[in-house]
Amino acid sequence: MTNSHPVRVLALHVGVIVLLFLLQFVLPDYHHLAMTRVMVLAVYAMGYNMLFGYTGLLSLGHAMFFAAGLYGAGLTAYYTDWGVPLAFLIGIGCGFVLSLLIGLISLRTSGVAFMIVTMMFAQVAYLTTTYFTDYTRGEEGLTMPQSARSFDLLGLHVDLTDAGQRYNLALGMLALALLVIFLVVKGPIGRVLIAIRENEPRTLMLGYDTFRLKLMALVISGTISAMAGAAYALLFAYIGATFASIQYSIEALLFTLLGGAGTILGPLLGTMAMFYMIDITSEYTSAYLLVTGVALVLLVLYFPKGILGTIRERWWPWLP
Amino acid sequence: MASVSLLSTKGLTRHFGGLKAVNQVDFEIRTGEIRALIGPNGAGKTTFVSLLSGRITPTSGSIEFLGADITDDPAHKRVRDGIAYTFQITSIYGTLTAYENVELSVQSALRRSPRPAGMSGHALLRRKTLEALDRVGLGDRAGERAGTMSYGHQRLLEVAMGLALEPKLLILDEPTQGLSDGEIENFCTLVKEIARSATVLLIEHNMPVVMQLADTITVLDHGEILASGTPEEIRANEAVQAAYLGAA
Repeated sequence: MTNSHPVRVLALHVGVIVLLFLLQFVLPDYHHLAMTRVMVLAVYAMGYNMLFGYTGLLSLGHAMFFAAGLYGAGLTAYYTDWGVPLAFLIGIGCGFVLSLLIGLISLRTSGVAFMIVTMMFAQVAYLTTTYFTDYTRGEEGLTMPQSARSFDLLGLHVDLTDAGQRYNLALGMLALALLVIFLVVKGPIGRVLIAIRENEPRTLMLGYDTFRLKLMALVISGTISAMAGAAYALLFAYIGATFASIQYSIEALLFTLLGGAGTILGPLLGTMAMFYMIDITSEYTSAYLLVTGVALVLLVLYFPKGILGTIRERWWPWLP
Repeated sequence: MASVSLLSTKGLTRHFGGLKAVNQVDFEIRTGEIRALIGPNGAGKTTFVSLLSGRITPTSGSIEFLGADITDDPAHKRVRDGIAYTFQITSIYGTLTAYENVELSVQSALRRSPRPAGMSGHALLRRKTLEALDRVGLGDRAGERAGTMSYGHQRLLEVAMGLALEPKLLILDEPTQGLSDGEIENFCTLVKEIARSATVLLIEHNMPVVMQLADTITVLDHGEILASGTPEEIRANEAVQAAYLGAA
């Protein structure tokens, strides 16, 4: 009845993680670092996809959650000596609290109003980072001190300046995000979230508290995006207001659309494709954003479901 | 038939600006009956049942269900208490299969009933879903995408979703609208079968269906109850005839 192929699905996701693990041994330095960034940004997009792809809520302000994690972790690491792991957790905590607050307010709206409200709140968040420029150094940003470039955890010494360790930390976080999203989306809750996306009034009349469920989806989404932000600050040792700007909100949407909204691996694929599209075209032309723009227009016109969404529709209906 | 009050309203009123869509309605439905709610277009029938199901809030008045005041309860809580509403305009999940549509109902119903011993939640979910589909005769169409089913089948799916909620009160808003004669006949059989386990409140324009199914009929006009009684009484009622035929 329902198309579930647990073995295939498991093999695909484990396969992707194993492939990414093996890639580090063959990638040249430049792409090694690029893929580390891609994986962290993919987690950000995966958080976004939880809300947009599965619950059907289009937020234009997810940069505020990414920035909450980034600043929560970054400022802690910069101004205190509490250590990297605690800074990371504080970053995630900031995202959790912010998404809960924003959710309680913004989910009173829906549709276009929701897009505008989230965008406005993100703008407030962005301006907040520049308002407290004495502490954040605004657009110029802060570079993490040497003390925040390594830590000891459970008897392991982790050096964040080491490219290999950074790659594997990013990969570990990606695997964790993948697992969490998979469990939520494929479980009974995910089924109801998709029902909300497809027909919210009906879902309410089936006895589901849709407000509470949407709030939960937004909090999971915001917290995962904040985790990516916290990792970005600590792995790459820099925090700046740019990360809170509207551009970053839009990027999460584009990564998700490109890879396939409402597919688990879509955001990862979309982030990678977009990153390399910009990377490659910018070698040939300074008008690389034009090329990217045209590619996106073509995508929306001919493959509105994104790469994996199209694959699922035509060939692999079992794709989660 | 038991004559325990299942749901009642006192002075239930809903105004839209100057329009009194529902005005001072005192209404009672007893456990086990099939009640038809009829009235000319714009009489306030859908507004009235929307007030009962919690989709809209009343301007004034109160609603009691199983002896408890539910006037301020949100819609999803009323569904969990046992008031199920099937939509006038078919409202299903077009992109999901018939099975998945009903599964969402069953999942909601299972949250309030304890699971029998020796059965996994998954197996129970599956069994109850197939049962509900079988009851409306869609058992062999479980894997079909709901959006591509015929209109008649979509209406049946809508009813299956209502049934799967295991309601105490099932509100059917114009369920036979757009169905063929043959489909309507099957539908009447189905409603009679449903009525053995749930109380049914039926909004219906098709008079033969109303006369065949209803134990009691309530007539609504201009947001107020015009008459209430057995089908025979309503048929003979002059005020009802006037409202329908527009006589002075």
